[in-house]
Amino acid sequence: MDAVLFLVFAAIAVACGISVVVQRHPITSAISLIGVMGALAVLYLLLGAEFLAAVQVVVYAGAIMVLFIFVIMLLNAGVEPPGGRSWPVRLLGLPMLVILVGLLSFVIRRVFAGGEEVRFGAFTKGGPREIGRLLFTDYLLPFEVTSVLILVAILGAVVLARKEID
Amino acid sequence: MPSSYPEIYFPILVQVLIAIAIAAGMVVGSWLLGKRVRTRAKDMPYESGMVPVGSTRERFSVKFYLVAMVFILFDVELVFLYPWAVVYGELGLYGFLVMFLFIDLILWGFYYIWKKGVLDWSREEPAGSQA
Repeated sequence: MDAVLFLVFAAIAVACGISVVVQRHPITSAISLIGVMGALAVLYLLLGAEFLAAVQVVVYAGAIMVLFIFVIMLLNAGVEPPGGRSWPVRLLGLPMLVILVGLLSFVIRRVFAGGEEVRFGAFTKGGPREIGRLLFTDYLLPFEVTSVLILVAILGAVVLARKEID
Repeated sequence: MPSSYPEIYFPILVQVLIAIAIAAGMVVGSWLLGKRVRTRAKDMPYESGMVPVGSTRERFSVKFYLVAMVFILFDVELVFLYPWAVVYGELGLYGFLVMFLFIDLILWGFYYIWKKGVLDWSREEPAGSQA
């Protein structure tokens, strides 16, 4: 059951990911990206990371998608003309993909040789309570530094866009 | 009372499936049942609505982008508030101070964007840019 759920949502994620790249219109790509993020949220949930799954939907599929859509509107990106691929891409694309997948699977099999199967529901410490306890005790410094990061990001966003506003 | 994870999340799976079924059902149903009559008025972007003026392919003001950017940042801040609120009872005053420090820094950012006029939409657009 767990393996079936994983395979179904992993397949959805990969299919939507391919769709992001293949679509000619940027808005269609952005909507495909929502599919990727939704499927990833389910994969997080299968690992037991409940809170992360919810945040994945709220922040990524919500806020970051809005930003992407606004960027597409800002750049006024239209339908991309079908462009021919250059000959090195045609020649080397598929062999390189095979090599990459082969290398990745080899390394993963080596590194996680003694790994055990993940069961949905075996790990139940991914809720907001457990995350909150860890965040405000062991990981307090990273948490506080995050506020500096957010502050810098606010300043950066305003400075970058200020030329257009003034 | 459901106890195991699969039991807890099964209703959500059912809800998602129902939502997909309703959305697909409406599209397929109207495609199967509806008549296909095309007139000039029907092919307009807003049937029986306002007549569109100009092109829809206009560049949007950078203000939209800024608001979206600021929205993400405050969204990330809110995400941290959620686990904090759940364990607040255990943390007590310590939790209050820790979060005060966190929010305080971000409020300075809020003050900055306020003073910069990022949230001010009533200002005149400078010539050349389209809102």
